[in-house]
Amino acid sequence: MIAPDALERRAATVQRVTRIAAPVGVALLVLIVWQVLVTAYDLPRYIVPSPLVVLQALVEDWGLLWHSLLVTLKITLGAFALAVLLGTLVAFLFAQSRWLELSLFPYAVILQVTPIVAVAPLIIIWVRDTQIALILCATIVAIFPVISNTTLGLRSVDPGLMNLMRLYKAGSWSVLWRLRVPSAAPYFFGALRISSGLALIGAVVAEFVAGTGAAGAGLAYQILQAGLQLNVPRLFAALIVLTLTGVALFLAMVWLSKAALRNWHESELTVEMR
Amino acid sequence: MSESAPRAVVALDGVAKTYPSGTRALDPVTLAVREGEFVTLLGPSGCGKSTILNLIAGLAAPTRGRIAWWGAGPEALGARGRRLAMVFQSATLMPWARVATNVRLPLDLAGVPRPAAEGAVRDSLALVGLAGFESSYPRELSGGMQMRASIARALVTQPDLLLMDEPFGALDEITRTRLDAELLGLWSDRRFTVVFVTHSIYEAVFLSQRVVVMSARPGRLLDEVTIDEPYPRTEAFRVSQRFLEHAQALQSGLVEASRETGVRS
Repeated sequence: MIAPDALERRAATVQRVTRIAAPVGVALLVLIVWQVLVTAYDLPRYIVPSPLVVLQALVEDWGLLWHSLLVTLKITLGAFALAVLLGTLVAFLFAQSRWLELSLFPYAVILQVTPIVAVAPLIIIWVRDTQIALILCATIVAIFPVISNTTLGLRSVDPGLMNLMRLYKAGSWSVLWRLRVPSAAPYFFGALRISSGLALIGAVVAEFVAGTGAAGAGLAYQILQAGLQLNVPRLFAALIVLTLTGVALFLAMVWLSKAALRNWHESELTVEMR
Repeated sequence: MSESAPRAVVALDGVAKTYPSGTRALDPVTLAVREGEFVTLLGPSGCGKSTILNLIAGLAAPTRGRIAWWGAGPEALGARGRRLAMVFQSATLMPWARVATNVRLPLDLAGVPRPAAEGAVRDSLALVGLAGFESSYPRELSGGMQMRASIARALVTQPDLLLMDEPFGALDEITRTRLDAELLGLWSDRRFTVVFVTHSIYEAVFLSQRVVVMSARPGRLLDEVTIDEPYPRTEAFRVSQRFLEHAQALQSGLVEASRETGVRS
């Protein structure tokens, strides 16, 4: 007979393995079906390349793709950092003054809903340095979640704790630092997850519009060029690199959030079965 | 009742509160709490007992009437944290901060130097039986222990007046009974003044020297009952005939209170 404790632990292990094994299984299945279909119907590689051909392109073009990845990553991370910095700053201002929020928030919304593809050409004309122009475009895409989430978080203070602060006559600086900032942390980290992905999307869209080639060629340019040249295997390879980059960014943010909140916030508590 | 003996810690003179919506939370109330006294405000929900507490804490301003703290106006609360503390219905601890940091908050806000503050925190935690839990997070504590931490935070400034707003209302009966007894122990040792709010008749009888019975809609004072029993009050008191008599007297007072007419004799 196995102790209930051991049974529970075994169940937990099974669950953990399943969590990884199940999606990996789906991926393998899709890849196999894909490979079989392409081979069976003898589809040309300039329309649908088989997974093996894509893998081959990924290996052969790695030098090119790696270089482009660095270019795109630089824009993405630059924009992300700028969005977090400026967004947080704006959120602090909004949280301190309702008046300021009322007058400026609609413009933040306008910035958010205007398609970046439509604004990018203008920014690229106005800003001489292409790199900076691209970073600005991606920042516009990524900044909104930081502003709205962090503002919401800075306002979402437990009324009981607020009363406590008033009871002890805490100054507004004390309230901000001791109460508002920690209360906003879960919202802020939630914003990081969304914003990091948006920064990458923004960078890709801006690159598409700018169409920078040569040494400044990012992944978007490689996809564009590969499409024009019907080099579909390379297009797929670039797409895979791009997707993996997005996933890596997301996971980094999840990890960061976990590290910052795991001691207290419900969202990051490890569920213990008792 | 001898109003003259010790001076009033807080005195409400015709104090009323009407919310901007027009809701009459509290009809004019006159009430004095003497130094070292344990007074309980007892009544059904909506009777304005929490409103009175918030007014005394200075968290709300009266619509009418005057409140005097130690014979002076609100400026007497200048160093408010030093003299007045409050325990809320829920523990209201900062979930991101360790127990010691939570308890230290009033001292930090008052600018007390860290070494002195840490000593006071340790003493305060020991007082409520939480020694050794300094570096725990609130979520790691049970409901009763969280409430203890909340009381430790209130006591860390050694207040003269402690306001408690149904502090044990959310706890189970057993924990509540134990915390009631511990609170009385602390009060006997320290001799601060307590204004305690509850809707439990038994809690009111067990704890108080004086019970103020209140009635709802609009909130008003209905009756005052002195629980003339010696301290320390033990568990034996809880099951004594005298305890039941006091409880029955309050019970009939409350039945009176819940009557729609609620005429004051």
